[in-house]
Amino acid sequence: MRTANVRTIVVWTLVALVGAAGWSVLALSRGEDVSAAWTVAAALGSYAIAYRFYSRFVANRVLRVDGTRATPAERLDNGIDFHPTDRRVLLGHHFAAIAGAGPLVGPVLAAQMGYLPGTLWIVAGVIFAGAVQDMVVLFFSTRRDGRSLGQMAREEIGPFGGAAALLAAFVIMIVLLGVLALVVVNALAESPWGTFSLAMTVPIALFMGFWLRVLRPGRVVEVSLIGMALLLLALVAGRRVAESSWADAFTLAPSTLVIWLVAYGFVASVLPVWMLLAPRDYLSTFLKIGTIALLALGVVVTLPTLRMPAVTDFATRGDGPVFAGSLFPFVFITIACGALSGFHALISSGTTPKMIQKETQVRMIGYGSMLMESSVAVMALIAASVIDPGLYFAMNAPAGVIGDTVQNASQVVGGWGYTITPEQLAAAARGVEEASLLSRTGGAPTLAVGVSEIFSQVTGDGLRAFWYHFAIMFEALFILTALDAGTRVGRFMLQDMLGNAYRPFKDVSWRPGLVLTSALVTGLWGYFLWVGVHEPLGGINQLFPVFGISNQLLAAVALTVCTTLLVKSGRLKWAWVTGVPLLWDVTVTLTASWQKVFSTDPRVGFFEQRRVYRAAIEEGRVLPPAKSMADMHTVVTNSTVDGVLSAVLALLVVVVVLDAARVCVRHVRRPALSTLSEAPYTESRLVAPAGLVATREEREAERRARDAVGSVPRD
Amino acid sequence: MPSAVSRVIRALRWVRWYLRELTDESAYDRYRAHLRARHPGAAVPTRREFERLRAERQRKDPRQGFRCC
Repeated sequence: MRTANVRTIVVWTLVALVGAAGWSVLALSRGEDVSAAWTVAAALGSYAIAYRFYSRFVANRVLRVDGTRATPAERLDNGIDFHPTDRRVLLGHHFAAIAGAGPLVGPVLAAQMGYLPGTLWIVAGVIFAGAVQDMVVLFFSTRRDGRSLGQMAREEIGPFGGAAALLAAFVIMIVLLGVLALVVVNALAESPWGTFSLAMTVPIALFMGFWLRVLRPGRVVEVSLIGMALLLLALVAGRRVAESSWADAFTLAPSTLVIWLVAYGFVASVLPVWMLLAPRDYLSTFLKIGTIALLALGVVVTLPTLRMPAVTDFATRGDGPVFAGSLFPFVFITIACGALSGFHALISSGTTPKMIQKETQVRMIGYGSMLMESSVAVMALIAASVIDPGLYFAMNAPAGVIGDTVQNASQVVGGWGYTITPEQLAAAARGVEEASLLSRTGGAPTLAVGVSEIFSQVTGDGLRAFWYHFAIMFEALFILTALDAGTRVGRFMLQDMLGNAYRPFKDVSWRPGLVLTSALVTGLWGYFLWVGVHEPLGGINQLFPVFGISNQLLAAVALTVCTTLLVKSGRLKWAWVTGVPLLWDVTVTLTASWQKVFSTDPRVGFFEQRRVYRAAIEEGRVLPPAKSMADMHTVVTNSTVDGVLSAVLALLVVVVVLDAARVCVRHVRRPALSTLSEAPYTESRLVAPAGLVATREEREAERRARDAVGSVPRD
Repeated sequence: MPSAVSRVIRALRWVRWYLRELTDESAYDRYRAHLRARHPGAAVPTRREFERLRAERQRKDPRQGFRCC
């Protein structure tokens, strides 16, 4: 046992003090201006302490990671998908895979309850739930040759729970794609600049794909740099286009954009991977890492003032315009990515475990990259909180609520207690060169306004519109990639399921099956997208909670698998490490599902909403925000679909959790009945450091290993 | 005592190495090295063939390299 030296104690005491100072200022200040610096201090201080102490405890005491045990990458090295990868490279890989639009959208929407509830949940959630989930799934999958979450559920819980988990994953994928596409539509509708620059990413990606396939195979870095340059050119040209006679061609109504996106999703997913998917993935990864780094730099350099109140009245009253429902449980499902995200379990049990060099690195890769994603979520929350709260609500309330004129919007938002004049609303739209910013729901435009606010403090006001459209393109680009990749994964799941009924479907190259399943998957998410766009009550308002619930339900599945594995692998004493987050997640999510299904508040409960609108239809009345009888019928259909969906998802997860509980109880009673499908121990011959920075002993060990082999050091 | 210039060169070389690894541009070199070390008799595909092989694998199992929301 190593005893702590004085320097270590002093350093960590200081870190703790920085974090504590941040939290104290956030907690104690009411009604006065608070600098974002305090949020940054509170978050970073907490992350540092959690990483140093809690993640170390989980890795060493709970999981008992074994540096002498060979990982799948070492044992099954085939030079392609299984290969030991440098830990710093894998950290980048894993981070790029888990961080997408999620951590940028959820916190922005949750800002309607003030910046404090969101910040608290993002930081506490990641430390005790999200990062733990990612690390534990990564660990167990690494011990099982990189098995996927679905396979682990089937093997460790049973065929019934496993099938429920698989079906839940498919439904969740569909909802996710529908909501992400809706975010893009809301950001690009009636915006020629945004639409043009996003449309240009398609020919750019095709060009890159041609380059990589025909001209210079595999030269990814050079073609990515060319692609980035072209992308910036498209962005600059977008402004010209918006001012030219072409503007009309790129000014699209939401319904038109829906058709374009669905058609795009279908075509992109049946085209060969090299044409569009792979090259655009390179582009979006570069842009993603670059923009996140820029945003972090921008926040730290400008340290803007938070203008949103710490806690708004919507938190307790539960009648917020962005999404209905009170703080508990709805903040915890609105912010999924960044705090706790079930989707990460699919990455932690897919590519990453096949590339990790050492079991000891699961702490840095699993826990570490989730902390990084969490900091992205904190920055998104800051960006949403630095803009004028009046503008925030005018941008995020559905059109049915605030109307479509700046005068009307100013009046409604004023009624909620946030003053903003019609002139200020118009000026905000002019500042980013958009026709209107009213009801730009979905989070992306709000984030873009926040980002342009922060960046233009550095670069001057002249570039404000450029930064706005830069941020829009950045989000839309990787949502488009997600649509393509997600459709393929959904299709893969569907082919597998249908293959059980009709054999040829299992062959992923069978053309008719491919086209049919692609069309089915795009049709399904396209349906939610269409519904979301035409929803009189506001698509984001209605669908985002369903998306949040489904993401957290997937987390419940992942945490259930983790807890079952902890119990079955003789770690019953430590089962609380994932058991307590599971309990919290299940409580939050099932409460939210319960309210969405049974609440007697028509703003929250889908079936109550359906009942109210039906009753009105029978009396021949039109209830606002619906404008016509057709709207009324739309509301009734949508709330039925959403209500049934919420109930089905919740039931599926209850099945998985109960089935897992049965397995755990059986194991505790009669351990002999359980089987554990862990790959047998093989001694590792690789030498690699565990943390980001190698310790002196690790460097020494690496040097000795190199000398023993007699190979030449890299440089 | 390394001079400032050599330090900059080292840093740039590291960035190049990192980017090549992160984007998997180095996949072919890695695969070739793998074949030479483990299967000395096996025929080594050309880069073009290898990149096609990789795209084909991704098409067959799209979960490889899937990204999250």
